[in-house]
Amino acid sequence: MDITTLKSKKSLIWWTVIFTIFILLIFLPFYTQGYAVVLLISILVYVILTLSWVMFSGSTGYMSLAPAAFFGVGIYTSALIGKVFPFPITVLVGGMASFILAILVGALTLRLKGIYFAIFTFGLVMLIAYSLLFFEIQVTGTRGRFVIVMDYNTIYFYMLGIFMLLLLTTYLIKNSKYGLALRSIGQEEDAAAHTGVNVVGVKVMTFAISAFFMGAVGSVMATKLTYIDPFIAFSTTYSFMPVAMAIFGGTGSLYGPIIGAAILTYLEEILITKFAEVYMLIFGAILVAAILYLPDGLVGFIQKIWRRLMERNHVDT
Amino acid sequence: MITTFLDIVISGLLMGGIYALIAVGLSLQYGVARVLNISHGEFIMIGAFGTYILYKTAGVNPILTLAICGPVLFLIGFFLYKTLFKILLAFSDSAEIFEGKSLLASFGLLFIIQNIAILIWGADIKSYSFLNIGVDLGGALFPANRMVTLLFAVVISMTFYLFLAFTRMGKAIRAAAQNPRIAGLMGVNINQVLALCFGFGALMASFAGGLLSMCYPITTTMGMEYTVIAIIVVVLGGLDSIVGSFIGGFLLGIVGSIVTYIEPGLALVAYYAIFIILLLVRPTGILGK
Repeated sequence: MDITTLKSKKSLIWWTVIFTIFILLIFLPFYTQGYAVVLLISILVYVILTLSWVMFSGSTGYMSLAPAAFFGVGIYTSALIGKVFPFPITVLVGGMASFILAILVGALTLRLKGIYFAIFTFGLVMLIAYSLLFFEIQVTGTRGRFVIVMDYNTIYFYMLGIFMLLLLTTYLIKNSKYGLALRSIGQEEDAAAHTGVNVVGVKVMTFAISAFFMGAVGSVMATKLTYIDPFIAFSTTYSFMPVAMAIFGGTGSLYGPIIGAAILTYLEEILITKFAEVYMLIFGAILVAAILYLPDGLVGFIQKIWRRLMERNHVDT
Repeated sequence: MITTFLDIVISGLLMGGIYALIAVGLSLQYGVARVLNISHGEFIMIGAFGTYILYKTAGVNPILTLAICGPVLFLIGFFLYKTLFKILLAFSDSAEIFEGKSLLASFGLLFIIQNIAILIWGADIKSYSFLNIGVDLGGALFPANRMVTLLFAVVISMTFYLFLAFTRMGKAIRAAAQNPRIAGLMGVNINQVLALCFGFGALMASFAGGLLSMCYPITTTMGMEYTVIAIIVVVLGGLDSIVGSFIGGFLLGIVGSIVTYIEPGLALVAYYAIFIILLLVRPTGILGK
């Protein structure tokens, strides 16, 4: 068997696996009830946030701590217009609002390098949260707002839809010339600019696309939260968690962040329900251990072991 | 009019002293050791609780506890760098990767320290009364404990500045801040210096925490608030300028007190607005190159 058929056979197996998983996920609410769907919603939220984060930060190396800002904008969009418009439009508006915010932020800040970009995006989340809190108390006279309620199955299907769209978008970007441009920016930005990459354009656009998905998932998530205030919506947890999950899973591949987000969210759920008092302690320890001992993430680690096993086989035969 | 003005400036300076101390600590940790320590506020919290516990259970004078808690936290910081951050540094290909990873690791530390503190001390608000007497300053009354706080913040910062300026170790730290690789080539034991800087950062945090506990109620979840203020001040003063952080602390204190006078709800909004605008207009800070 020559190498090309081997490759196409391998990718055929991959596509079948992905397709089967999606079919299972789509029909899941029909044969399980209650907790499984709720758990999957939590997992999907973080998977989408993490994957969107990796789309921009993973390839360019700019560490964004802005996910909470875009997520929160989505949540607030849902709270503001959710009762007026049909829900699909709310989700779209939530995504677009984040998209526009990201273009503004990106155009202003992407000349900041390294840690400056990280702390700027962090400050942005806090600025929005405190300004909004001041506005709510002074102008509307209340602290929080109620959001329209939807049943879990509907929320689940919206999340799944956003996830599929995001996966497709990430895949298309990765295998296009834009993906190549992004990776070249991540490796050596000046060289990328010299070879004709529109560095600013590519960065801002990718930042905005990733923000769109964060905003969209935020506006769906709002209906699960049912009550929100500025600190629920713009919680810095939503900024740090996706980064931690991406690092834990590994940013080198498409499935690394998904696996990282799924495992850590599940772990978080178990720890919160069973060991509430020491939840933060264990979670922090895992985070530190992952940063220390899994430099390429869980997926990178498994690949390394796999490769070693394979090499041993070759030597033996 | 003049009394109001004095009132605002003095209360700004009083708060600014603490801000300066916190920021000098973070500036050491980031400016030299390249760790943007998100758990800085947790060290402040430990310092505050150390003082509180020693005062409540053993009756130790809160000012004396600074000399007890400080060295303990210095050692914790020192060994934290020697173990955790040194491994991270060894595994990181570039300075930027190390900065990203150490930021995340310190986020993990925040979780660990805060959880342990909650397990030991609970989550309630605690406070004690120390030197709570009014002092008349040009027509406005200020509590004596805040004056003590300001005095100690200035003395500690000045002492540290003199240490940096005139001792061999201070020179080594400054050299490491400018260029760690070349400083290493010149015979500076670079790992030792970076660990020392991280330790000194924790020491400053402990002092700040102890001083804070004399004037304000404390909780085990207070850390993040001060971490954020420290980051703002450090950016204000320039990320690697210790003098800048010191001045920036007082500046932010005064700005905070002016805004609080006009509209109390906007103080934090003003901090973040300054922070964001500054990063856009002058990311190197007021004293940066």
